[in-house]
Amino acid sequence: MTASALALALILTAPLFGALAAMLMGRRGPAIALATIIATAAGTLILLVIIATEGAVHLAIGGWEAPLGIQLRADGLAGGFIATTALVMGAILAVAAKPFAGGKTERRSAYTFWPLALLLWGALNAIFLSGDLFNLYVGLELLTLVAVALVGIEGKRETLAAALRYMMFALMGSLLYLLGAALLYAAHGTLDIALLAERVGSAPGDIVAAAAITGGLAAKTALFPFHAWLPPAHSGAPAPASAMLSGLVPKASFYILLRFWFEAAPDLAGSGVLMLLGGLGAFAMVYGSLLALHQDRLKLIIAYSTVAQLGYLFFIFPLAGGESAAQPWAAGAWSGAIFHALSHAMAKASMFLCAGLIIEAIGHDRLPGMKGIVRALPMTVFAFALAAITLMGLPPSGGFTAKYLMMTASFAAGQPFWALMLILAGLLAAAYLYRPLALAFALPDEDAPAPKAVSRARQFAPLALALAAILLGILSAAPFAFIQIGRPGAAVEGLE
Amino acid sequence: MTALLPVLILATSLIPAVATFFIAQENAGWRNALNLGGALIKLGLILYMLIAVAGGTLYEARLEFVPGLYLLLRVDALSLLFVTLSAVLWLLTTIYAIAYFGPKPNLSRFFGFFSLCVFATTGIALSGTLVTFFIFYELLTLSTWPLVVHKQDDKSIIAGRSYLFYALPASGALLVAIIWLESATGPIEFARAADLRLLDDTSLRIIFALFVAGLGVKAALVPLHGWLPSAMAAPAPVSALLHAVAVVKAGAFGFVRIIYDVFGIALVAELRVGLPLAMLASVTIIFGSLRALQQTEIKKRLAYSTVSQVSYIVLGAALAGPYAVIGGLAHLVHQGLMKITLFFCAGIFDERAGIRRIDQLNGVGARMPFTSVCFSLGALGMIGLPPLAGFVSKIYIGIGGIQSGAPWVIGVLAASTLLNAAYFLPMLYRIWFGEAQDDSRPGERPFGIIVPAVITGLASIAVGLFAGWDLSPLAWATLIVERDYLP
Repeated sequence: MTASALALALILTAPLFGALAAMLMGRRGPAIALATIIATAAGTLILLVIIATEGAVHLAIGGWEAPLGIQLRADGLAGGFIATTALVMGAILAVAAKPFAGGKTERRSAYTFWPLALLLWGALNAIFLSGDLFNLYVGLELLTLVAVALVGIEGKRETLAAALRYMMFALMGSLLYLLGAALLYAAHGTLDIALLAERVGSAPGDIVAAAAITGGLAAKTALFPFHAWLPPAHSGAPAPASAMLSGLVPKASFYILLRFWFEAAPDLAGSGVLMLLGGLGAFAMVYGSLLALHQDRLKLIIAYSTVAQLGYLFFIFPLAGGESAAQPWAAGAWSGAIFHALSHAMAKASMFLCAGLIIEAIGHDRLPGMKGIVRALPMTVFAFALAAITLMGLPPSGGFTAKYLMMTASFAAGQPFWALMLILAGLLAAAYLYRPLALAFALPDEDAPAPKAVSRARQFAPLALALAAILLGILSAAPFAFIQIGRPGAAVEGLE
Repeated sequence: MTALLPVLILATSLIPAVATFFIAQENAGWRNALNLGGALIKLGLILYMLIAVAGGTLYEARLEFVPGLYLLLRVDALSLLFVTLSAVLWLLTTIYAIAYFGPKPNLSRFFGFFSLCVFATTGIALSGTLVTFFIFYELLTLSTWPLVVHKQDDKSIIAGRSYLFYALPASGALLVAIIWLESATGPIEFARAADLRLLDDTSLRIIFALFVAGLGVKAALVPLHGWLPSAMAAPAPVSALLHAVAVVKAGAFGFVRIIYDVFGIALVAELRVGLPLAMLASVTIIFGSLRALQQTEIKKRLAYSTVSQVSYIVLGAALAGPYAVIGGLAHLVHQGLMKITLFFCAGIFDERAGIRRIDQLNGVGARMPFTSVCFSLGALGMIGLPPLAGFVSKIYIGIGGIQSGAPWVIGVLAASTLLNAAYFLPMLYRIWFGEAQDDSRPGERPFGIIVPAVITGLASIAVGLFAGWDLSPLAWATLIVERDYLP
């Protein structure tokens, strides 16, 4: 077995076996999760080294090449997402160890959380490594079902309603995606992305297929106007679950969109479609931000912020897609969006974990209750502030690098509209994140009940994530070069 | 070595900043040693560099981010002027703050963010590219907020909100201006003139206006000055170092960089944007003085005086004649010394005698002689009484105005001097000749709170008296202009 096969096997199977083990030994969830983290992290590290030194990894399982067998592929993009996921999951599971520890009394949430969380991780990794549209579908289905279950894990009435609504949207999205995939298969006889790239565009149904796939994935990424399911689902789940749902899950469907539009069907998109996607993203950004401004619960603010932040991932389409792909600024716009996806994953997960710790301390997440919380939870508030800096796109952070790259591209492309939207997004983010921060920093009311203590070790996890998002900006040279590995077009234009 | 020194200078502020956050509140000894030690080492390094740069050495350090985005630290004569000012005043303000706060709570947080602000200011001074400048400029915005709201009461929180309300949109304007410019020319380094002519006149004018908006908030240009007076809710050391020196000077320093190192005097003249900026600065000078007259609180009056005085620097830069720039640059240092003296004294009046309003100053001269003398030195310097510091800068800016064909500047300066006298002299009159309300003698203790004020007070006489000396701020400003900005 080669090193790359070992790495891929660890990344793919460790979370799945972990989930199985957690299901069988419900009380030992945290220990199993720790073992899974170690195994997956080891695989991830090996994979990163291999990609960095030898370039993109390609593996045909059992030696069956496409279109017969299953293809696994790991380029810089996949490596970046897998590594970020490992980091974020590690922090989330570390914080979750206490509230979901198996105690003497049997609790459903403690029993079900660990298998679901690990299964979610496995599904994410499967998506990031898949090289064909059908495997992507399988991974996405698994991811969706697990995510829905995580929303409803506490079994409360309102979260079940949110979970149900989420499932309606997600299943509709899956059906659309499957329809698109079926049309493509009927026309071209393969769903392998590399093979599709040579054939797509020749059949008349391809446009319909692409529209179906895009619509389905957009619904799962909560692109406006399909966003309605997201805020109740993400804010209703327990905080560690919210962190996964908001930070990681929408990135998977976005990742598939990238694979589809930039690799499988790069020439299919007309500028109208690209502008539409970007425009919807801009709309989502404004709409989500304005609604975030009007929320009075911390988790709802963070959830609406996700709607807004996911919106400007879609600026990648007008700036780097279609005919722009051959332009010198495309590399910047593409990388900017990826930087945004990765730093948002870290920062948003960190924020939800912070919200979880605040809820543990004061018992709820209504904003006025947060007054003066900085005294009890200094590290948590600091982590929240750092994460906020990334989401606002202020330097020095991964969010700033992302914004800088995308803004430069948009001016270079002669489409300064997107740059102005990014500035506006930053200001709106500052406005809605300012309220909780200012409250946390104010003096507490004298009659306010004393918050419960939260251990420093657990406060460290969100802080580490927020710091990672900042470091992604300060040390951006290596990640930037890394995600270019295997990027279509990178070899042609070279790096500036 | 030439790459190491700028990094080391930044580290002398960054390391204390980060380390201080982890020091327990009770460990005052460690905290003070760390901050004072950092400030002292920094001064030593700067002294070494001053001599080397005067001899013509250049220091550069660079850190790559993504293609087209890199940090460049570059030490030239202009950056040293600002670094030296901030480093000297950092040391003095740290001594002052330690004595001022005594055993108050949340000091580790305070000193951590305080050093972080100094780190950001140093970074601004050493920036060699527009993007580097922007990064540190934003860091300064962010690290100042916790200091403004340090007292955590409602007034401070409102002041903090107002600060961000002005500062964040301004940074958006700045970022758009930078990226718009760089999308046409590639990364802009201050030392290498980029060809801005790739953009048309209208675009360049809009970009210039965006720069003015982006920098104008920190430099407190009218009508973007609203945050500054309310930020006086912060503790006295913050008002002294940040609002009188670091933050507003960062804006003024930015104007000098934009006009001379990014656009260049020729292009500014060609686009005809220098004159409107000079007029805006003049309006600010007069308006700030008028508003200062109306204030009844000492710190508020000083704040509006800052609004007015900082615009001298912008005015000097916008006029673009050699004398005007020299005057403006010298004023960067002179105003810093005088204003920090005034704020130190205002803090002492408040902390030791509970004096916040101007009518409480009556007869305080006899009760608190040291503080009162220092306050008077600062005030007289601001008015521009020869041979104090303010006189020198005003003369140079005035001559510069005539050189640049804008003799109306003399009128602005004269009006401003009259107004300065109108709002400072009554204060001095009350201090020295007013009827004392009580005879208690609040102790001017500990030494740490008085000595910095005495030093800066004496320094503001010295920089005026010895303006002809080779390393005086005026001589250094002349060196900058001769070396970098004369055609």
